[in-house]
Amino acid sequence: MTVDRALIHDLLAEYGALLDAARYEEWLGLFAGECRYSIVPRDNHERGMPAGLIFCDSRAMLEDRIMALREANKYNIHSDRHLIGLPRLTGGDGIAIEAPFAVFQTDQEGASHLFATGIYRDRLTMAAGCLKIRDKLIILDTFAVPTLLATPL
Amino acid sequence: MIVSDKIWPALDYSRVPFRLYHDPEVYEREQRQIFAGPVWNYLGLEAEIPNPGDFRATCIGEMPIIFNRDPAGAVRAFVNRCAHRGALVRRELAGNAREHICIYHQWCYGLDGRLTAIPFRRGIRGQGGLDPSFDMAAHGLRWVRVDTIGGAIFGTLAPDAEPLADFLGPPILDQIERLFARPVQVLGYNRQRIRANWKLYAENTRDNYHASLLHEFLLTFGLDRSTQKGGVRMDRRHRHNITWAEADSDSPDFAREAYSNARIRNDYLSLQEPDLVAFRRERDDSLNLVVTSVFPSSVFVQISNSLAIRQIRPRGVDEFEVFQTMFGYADDPPEMTHHRLRQANLVGPAGLVSMEDGEAIEIAHRATKPDPDRASIIELGGAGVISDRDYRVTDVPLRGFWSYYAELLGIEPAGAVR
Repeated sequence: MTVDRALIHDLLAEYGALLDAARYEEWLGLFAGECRYSIVPRDNHERGMPAGLIFCDSRAMLEDRIMALREANKYNIHSDRHLIGLPRLTGGDGIAIEAPFAVFQTDQEGASHLFATGIYRDRLTMAAGCLKIRDKLIILDTFAVPTLLATPL
Repeated sequence: MIVSDKIWPALDYSRVPFRLYHDPEVYEREQRQIFAGPVWNYLGLEAEIPNPGDFRATCIGEMPIIFNRDPAGAVRAFVNRCAHRGALVRRELAGNAREHICIYHQWCYGLDGRLTAIPFRRGIRGQGGLDPSFDMAAHGLRWVRVDTIGGAIFGTLAPDAEPLADFLGPPILDQIERLFARPVQVLGYNRQRIRANWKLYAENTRDNYHASLLHEFLLTFGLDRSTQKGGVRMDRRHRHNITWAEADSDSPDFAREAYSNARIRNDYLSLQEPDLVAFRRERDDSLNLVVTSVFPSSVFVQISNSLAIRQIRPRGVDEFEVFQTMFGYADDPPEMTHHRLRQANLVGPAGLVSMEDGEAIEIAHRATKPDPDRASIIELGGAGVISDRDYRVTDVPLRGFWSYYAELLGIEPAGAVR
């Protein structure tokens, strides 16, 4: 399938911007009706071990995650800043891309630090003229997680 | 020396001076007298080293440790440090090898820890090298005594430590045997670095009181409530603890009333994917939450059907790592493995019922540091005698932890409770 690279760039830009603005419900709108989202430590991934830090293999689980974040979970008060690198088309079934990312966290006193870096492996799909995320696998280089991981990468 | 048996404001350990979380000298003594003392530390799983030559790196306190399977199939463990100049002998975290060779000067050790080869031992053309009297047999890797329970490997640096089964005591041993009654399969690891003193985490895993208050997900989504049948059970010396609860042992209405004075929403939101919190009975008991804390730094955790072992790895007085091994059983059908992977969402650094610990512990560390002579309060479930409780609003096992801690650190006051 061929796809306009500008659409992929727009999707990734929107993805980072919505997370950084804590607009998680709108962020969910970037995913397809049937979707998966998981964060796997790189060490596990390379050893063929399946356990993830977050493993949502249905849209319902991903929506539950966001509801829990809003209604129940407590975490370090911070803001996120996503820097998403150039996507590379990896071919295969459907539209597959990978893109490196870094997420910096800033605390309420203005101190920033690198919170996480790794790579996105996304499978995308066209739905009614819109590009959506069908499967997002985040391979986390920074698997010694600083403090805790609450807001999505 | 500031820290002595005079440091305790109360003989029942119901007050813990903040100094104990922040004093670098205390931290140094803990490494020698607690971690390297007469305790057994969880090292890893036999399932991680199935074949001869398989090895893994781990630690006891800050001491780097490797364990491996030797050619005869026995599990052995050593301090991961070359006898020569003290470098790490094994830098990789896991692998398979016939021997361990230090990269610095290529001193070589067998899988039994014996020093087997030294380059240029006789020098070159008779010049240089080691004196012929150098005793290779006396310079192997420092030996770590090991024992196993159902494939879980424990090690101690103290040659005179009591046997592992005696150290754990009957209720703790039973729980660990329960968890490892079937061969295990490792599903993966997660790691978390918390900028706080390690003992705040050792307390946290023994603290029944905080669970449904800090981790609101438990109550909000009806996974676990303090109104359930449950309690705490310790070993004879009160150094270890089992926090336990039984599934389906309270009613939602009773819980709603009990929590009416806590600022927690208790209208029981529902999940779109209730499987996330669904408990599938897989043993002939109803226990759906069992957190077994083994002094000083090993924790065995069953939350619903997610199973994990946590190792607290201190990294200086102000930081520690939680190294968590997620597992299931080798004979789990694929569908059960899938269920465990879904429920792994509950635990770890991003866990829906555990992420808060990282924050709670860091803010406790931060705010206690400037005021070392003040103390925290441990009185839920009553002060005085340290004993098992068959209710959940209690933090008595924290006092058990401090009692044994004081004994090993040599700061147990006369007349203290044990």
